[in-house]
Amino acid sequence: MNYLEFEKPLAEIEGKAEELRALARANEEMDVEKEAEALDRKAEALLRDLYSNLSPWRKCQVARHPDRPHCRDYIEALFTEYTPLAGDRNFADDHAVMGGLARLDGIPLMVIGHEKGHDTKSRIEHNFGMARPEGYRKAIRLMDLADRFGLPIVTLVDTPGAYPGKGAEERGQSEAIARSTEKCLTVKVPLVSVIIGEGGSGGAVAFATADKLAMLEHSIYSVISPEGCASILWKDAERMREAAEALRLTAQDLHRLGVADMIISEPVGGAQRNREATIEAVGRAIEQMLKGLMKKSPDQLLKERRQKYLRMGARGLAA
Amino acid sequence: MNWISNYVRPKINSLFSRREVPENLWTKCPECGTMLFHRELAENLNVCTNCDHHMAFKPRERFKALFDGGIFTEIDVPQPIADPLQFRDQKKYPDRLKAAQKATGEKEAMLVAEGEIGRTPIVAAAQDFSFMGGSMGMYVGNAIIAAAERAVEMKRPLILFSAAGGARMQEGILSLMQMPRTTVAVRMLKEAGLPYIVVLTHPTTGGVTASYAMLGDVHIAEPNALICFAGPRVIEQTIREKLPEGFQRAEYLLDHGMLDRVTHRKNLRDELITITRMLLGLPPAIKGDLPSPEADAQEQAQEQAETGK
Repeated sequence: MNYLEFEKPLAEIEGKAEELRALARANEEMDVEKEAEALDRKAEALLRDLYSNLSPWRKCQVARHPDRPHCRDYIEALFTEYTPLAGDRNFADDHAVMGGLARLDGIPLMVIGHEKGHDTKSRIEHNFGMARPEGYRKAIRLMDLADRFGLPIVTLVDTPGAYPGKGAEERGQSEAIARSTEKCLTVKVPLVSVIIGEGGSGGAVAFATADKLAMLEHSIYSVISPEGCASILWKDAERMREAAEALRLTAQDLHRLGVADMIISEPVGGAQRNREATIEAVGRAIEQMLKGLMKKSPDQLLKERRQKYLRMGARGLAA
Repeated sequence: MNWISNYVRPKINSLFSRREVPENLWTKCPECGTMLFHRELAENLNVCTNCDHHMAFKPRERFKALFDGGIFTEIDVPQPIADPLQFRDQKKYPDRLKAAQKATGEKEAMLVAEGEIGRTPIVAAAQDFSFMGGSMGMYVGNAIIAAAERAVEMKRPLILFSAAGGARMQEGILSLMQMPRTTVAVRMLKEAGLPYIVVLTHPTTGGVTASYAMLGDVHIAEPNALICFAGPRVIEQTIREKLPEGFQRAEYLLDHGMLDRVTHRKNLRDELITITRMLLGLPPAIKGDLPSPEADAQEQAQEQAETGK
């Protein structure tokens, strides 16, 4: 278990409980179970307490937690017959974006998402979930394919942002993102999106512009990272706590602002403490969102999706 | 009233106030350092007469130089909710807005207008980099939507001049949502079969480049304009190597296929007229049909008489 900085007191208690049990295993006469159970209860209460009222900055840390389920985990657990499709037919296949045909509860669809990787090797391979133009162009191609064959589209968003690199800029990072967002606003099939971790700026918008957007309870979606915002507006990257507050980037604030349509509850202690339950909850949310949309005509879907964005933000936090 | 208040005081006042005048009369070119007289600079469309460096051009000035006879009608932009997030960094967002309004004399970072260029009716929108870095928030989104709606209603092309540091952080996620919102506006134009021409001016970066600025039917940039998604400093920090000369400048983007043209400001108006008229299937503009913004009526009449022959 990887503990976050604010989980240190919890790590101590859980560590002590573990120590006691280890002692008892070594020494059969010792009976520590009662004490260990008391520590377990204490840890559980502390965990509940810590996660019941996470500050926006802590939410960012949870959203970026390396043990959270990632795109690949969701696809493997929720879909059948997943058939990855690769390449942008222009330059390369970007491993920061994965996607392909799959079935959800028997229904064929297109699934597309950012993959961050789970260890050093795979993180490098997936470029930490930071896509290059090829990634967005692959997504455009897959969305187009889905549109032509009437398949619903599911996107899973988890990226710190689009990759800021020399080649990415030369090959038109801006244009690729703009076209991907445009494609999201042009397809005539249901398009649902779930932010499963980090929704980083334009790199997220390119996938998250959808009929329905769900966010996991401790996920974030923001125009800029709190560190980046702090270094620009406070001239000090260490002021990220204040920036995280000011940016209103939590699922709860975004739901109030009408940007997120639903919040998916996470298990106590966050998605990283119970991956299976989280994945199941996300699957239910996708099915629920798609169910309502499948009844609508292609033209109605498109019209309503565009209306949603034209109206967005009109009421601010008062919404 | 006596001669002291009527004559001496104004004289003294003018003596003191004269001190401030020279600062406004001369502008130093940030590129080559030449001191440029304000009238000369304005006549040259804010382009350095020595090195051709294109300086910032305020939307109102740009429109005066763009539309026939310098005449245009502003299009109302719906005012969005003020300070939607109650954002506060070291200053409150409404205070930053007020300061920008005071400094620029403008309401917000985008101006929308309609009028004619070479007798071709168009809608134009221009972003104001001097207003909080031209940043894209709810207002800029509303402005682009208003411009597109007007263009569709009147069946006119839209010409958009971009200039922005990106999204307006003080509006958080709602500034990010201007990317899809403005994309919907662009789709309206495309689906109505109307030309959408983007003129990218210095600088066009971030979420602005990654939405409406890169979705034009034709992309024209002003020389040496910085155009990018991630800024050069961010990239240098990420890849830890020096970037090539001219990286992310207009000419570099032209070389990499992201732009159709890089055009000097003095040729921009004629080029926009030529392109829009062809896209609209109109006959070519006749020289005499192009009352330049500065030309007075007499000159126009003379030109017309000449072409009439």
